[in-house]
Amino acid sequence: MATRLQALWGWFDSRMPSVAEQWRIHASGYYAPKNFNFWYYFGSLAMLVLVIQIVSGIFLTMHYKPDANLAFGSVEYIMRDVPAGWLIRYIHSTGASAFFILVYLHMFRAMLYGSHREPRELVWIFGVLIYLTLMGEAFFGYLLPWGQMSYWGAQVIVNLFGTVPFIGPDLALWIRGDYVVSDATLNRFFALHVIALPLVLLGLVVAHLLALHDVGSNNPDGVEIKKTKGADGHPVDGIPFHPYYTVKDLVGAVVFLAIFAIVMFFMPEMGGYFLEHNNFIPADPLQTPAHIAPVWYFTPYYSILRAVPPLFNSQFPGVLAMGIAVVILFFLPWLDRSPVKSIRYRGGLYKTWLAVFVVSFLFLGYLGVKPTTVWGQFGFDAFFLDTKDRATWAARLFTILYFLFFFLMPWYTKRDKTLPVPARVTH
Amino acid sequence: MRAIIAILISLSGAAAMGAETGYRLDRSPHDPTDLVSLQSGARTFANYCLGCHGMQYMRYNRLRDLGLTEDQIRDNLMFTAEKVGEMMKTPMSPAQGKAWFGVPPPDLSVIARVRGADWLYTYLRTFYRDPKAATGWNNAVFQNVAMPHALWTLQGERALQDGKWVQVSEGALSSAEYDATTRDLVNFLVYAGEPSALKRRSWGIIVLFVLGVLFIFTLLLKKAYWKDVK
Repeated sequence: MATRLQALWGWFDSRMPSVAEQWRIHASGYYAPKNFNFWYYFGSLAMLVLVIQIVSGIFLTMHYKPDANLAFGSVEYIMRDVPAGWLIRYIHSTGASAFFILVYLHMFRAMLYGSHREPRELVWIFGVLIYLTLMGEAFFGYLLPWGQMSYWGAQVIVNLFGTVPFIGPDLALWIRGDYVVSDATLNRFFALHVIALPLVLLGLVVAHLLALHDVGSNNPDGVEIKKTKGADGHPVDGIPFHPYYTVKDLVGAVVFLAIFAIVMFFMPEMGGYFLEHNNFIPADPLQTPAHIAPVWYFTPYYSILRAVPPLFNSQFPGVLAMGIAVVILFFLPWLDRSPVKSIRYRGGLYKTWLAVFVVSFLFLGYLGVKPTTVWGQFGFDAFFLDTKDRATWAARLFTILYFLFFFLMPWYTKRDKTLPVPARVTH
Repeated sequence: MRAIIAILISLSGAAAMGAETGYRLDRSPHDPTDLVSLQSGARTFANYCLGCHGMQYMRYNRLRDLGLTEDQIRDNLMFTAEKVGEMMKTPMSPAQGKAWFGVPPPDLSVIARVRGADWLYTYLRTFYRDPKAATGWNNAVFQNVAMPHALWTLQGERALQDGKWVQVSEGALSSAEYDATTRDLVNFLVYAGEPSALKRRSWGIIVLFVLGVLFIFTLLLKKAYWKDVK
């Protein structure tokens, strides 16, 4: 039997040797630093979730109806009448939130250990593009259940494009395909969600990995392992990705899937954050909900949007700020002027600013799911108070801190007192 | 353009609480594993609610989940359909509902997922007589609700005077019995909102067990491979 299989493989390999070649380049012969820690699970886990989303999405597509009159009912049909339909739907809805959690942790890892720094700028840029595409994918997908939050969330976000000077209204009309979010919008969002953006995502993930494997992985010490090679030509501190990291990531995958299962099977709504309560009301174009909040993964940016005061009756400054808040990520590799990569050898300045950034991001996220009245109002009046909501002013403070983290980075990373970096990874 | 601005401003401004009155919600004591309670709730729903509110995504024969046979469903609960595989639709059309109440009574298939059990449990127990309301009824949780008190023959009439509840006339049930009936009804509404919920939890336990076993094996595998990594 074994020899038969070997013969079959030989037959295959002699005709298509690039399969074995690619396996060698990207797995068995790809040397990764041996000191990966907890933070290095999230990349492979994000890929796992991408696969989960694609597979569960295919099954959802078999039963879902992209039609304004049928969409909401077809989701309930999936939840009730399709065998294990509830399972598929919850996998997909939990997967959406899980994807963002993993991507946020994965990006934070880069900020911790300087994985975006030279020579990995392209890896980072492809990563930010993945993040942007994922935001689009999530936004288009969120319209599909056709509940009130789907509908009005889409309405609000498309209207953001409407605030762009001059071309705004035409742009919004072009995106919607109608004067309001309607059946036309649902159909095109469906097409974008199930075909266009998944293709882009897959392409970007391939680019992300190719770029990574060309330069090699960073590590918690921010040391280039390729600088110290052994007699065999391989990095002394490197180990083949397969089998070492495949078996290690397998453990991570099981732990992740267990957490995923706990959410999915016991709290699929996650207190109204993964599946919003109001989204169980069918979309009603004639009834605007009193409180429209985007899904949690967009709320930091939504907070920034709300925090920026309108100018000449236009919300465009807020929209612009929100856009810059995301786009600025692309420039991170060049904003950071520190001589060291890893937080282990950075000084107090960077650590403080990174902490400020994390706190700001989390608070902006929290404030974004709440109405602006959540922290009450100031008891006094002053000419500069355009709003007395404390939460709006808090969001403004955190928005400023969020941007200062990036804008001041060239200055504070240069001035920071760094520690000497060892020649090889520490264990 | 003006509409866009209006929407954006309403978003950035304070969100109104709408019909929410800030009335303190009671904790719903429903138990999704209690089949007797679920059956009682289904009976109350079919007798008191289904006249106006449908459950258009719920099939009658799905109620076998509650331990009922198709014959029992047909004989006791099916007032609005011919076949047991049909949806639990209301005989009232949306147009009739709009004419009679001002708004069509909402479909209740997923109402428990919108409102939550505590809200429903409190709402159904806090109707009071209000001569100013069109229906003669108002509600402490949902001010100026269009719905009259459908269960008033059970609860009796109550009034809300300066924040205090006053029993105006007795109903068929005592206060404790009425609470139990509401609990059962809420239990049924929660079930109907997600009929697979019980199955979901039992699958979850199996999946977690399998993953637990898998964790041990993958961890041992990892340890075996990583032995020689210094």
